[in-house]
Amino acid sequence: MYNSGKIIAGLVVFLVLAMLPFLLNLGKANAKIEPSIDTPEINAMPQKHCVEPKAFMRSEHMQLLNNWRDQVVRNGNRIYVGSDGKEYAISLQNTCMKCHSNKKDFCDKCHNYMAVKPYCWGCHIAPKEKKA
Amino acid sequence: MSMNRRQFLKLASASTILGVGAASVINNISKGSLEAAQIHPDPRALKGKRWGFVVDVSKLTTEEDYQKCMNACHDIHNVPSNPNPRHEVKWIWKDTYEHTFPNTAEDKIMNKELQEKNFLLFCNHCAQPACVRVCPTKATFKRESDGVVMQDMHRCIGCRFCMAACPFGARSFNYTDPRPNIKVENKEFPTRMIGVVEKCTACYERLAIGQQPACAEASNGAIVFGDLEDPNSEVRKLISEKYTIRRKPELGTQPSIYYVIGGGEHA
Repeated sequence: MYNSGKIIAGLVVFLVLAMLPFLLNLGKANAKIEPSIDTPEINAMPQKHCVEPKAFMRSEHMQLLNNWRDQVVRNGNRIYVGSDGKEYAISLQNTCMKCHSNKKDFCDKCHNYMAVKPYCWGCHIAPKEKKA
Repeated sequence: MSMNRRQFLKLASASTILGVGAASVINNISKGSLEAAQIHPDPRALKGKRWGFVVDVSKLTTEEDYQKCMNACHDIHNVPSNPNPRHEVKWIWKDTYEHTFPNTAEDKIMNKELQEKNFLLFCNHCAQPACVRVCPTKATFKRESDGVVMQDMHRCIGCRFCMAACPFGARSFNYTDPRPNIKVENKEFPTRMIGVVEKCTACYERLAIGQQPACAEASNGAIVFGDLEDPNSEVRKLISEKYTIRRKPELGTQPSIYYVIGGGEHA
């Protein structure tokens, strides 16, 4: 092979460069994103619960919020009865964010990780972030 | 197994029908929509078939009286006060007789007091709203239950057809981000964002919890709110007792704001 030294060295450099993103993130890929529910409002609850169980909220909150939005704006239905039979006022600002007053550590944490950009906060006013 | 063409076609069509039917059934079951039992209106909500207003401007004597009504609305709904008059956003405003009732304003010998009076204007919540007919996304729609002409900000694409269609100028476009121009935010109510049209929503969020619209509450009786379809409602009583006119009735949009012209003792 002509110029084998240069070629092999070049191949090694290329391989390292191509694999760099994988090498740098080795072990970090499975870093779990856990949205924080550590807010004064939630901590003050005797029994911590959301409008639906955690697993449902985690996977279906976007559908729930879409349904809530349509029901309030278009049908005027403002009370949601959770699967536990409790009634909740349907409101992002006045129900969800009253407990989850930590938008940065709750909403944004996952949304940034998943690279989704919901446009809720273009209009809805986010609660003031408390200084940690 | 051998099969002739006739049998094959029979089997194929039967299985297609079964397959499509089953798929649509499964789709409908698994659709992530809410059950009727899971959702209902607030029991405190005001109920009416067609909400309307009677505005008696003779009860508004000072500039302050007008401002009180306008501020009551604009403060709770996070309506921005844009410094550029061409970008003004308004849900309720005041204007002269000539601008309010342009088709009668050429009369030079009419009551001077009336002609110089300012009128309170806001969305007419028309029975036949022109804005709803032109909206390409159904962002603005007439609520079947109570006749409120609603604006769904989630759907508005900012095409401004509704602004062109509305004969009353009740709609404003957000040419700029409204947030910096809102002095004190009401944290209970959303703002709007750049590029959407907004207008008076008859305080749907207050009706839903049994409260009167904010302007009516602050007006000291100058704005009366009620159900136009209910013959015993206060608005219907006022309309039958006093002479009232509506803005531009000739356009056929059936506005739901009645302006009292002249007091009860003269009529």
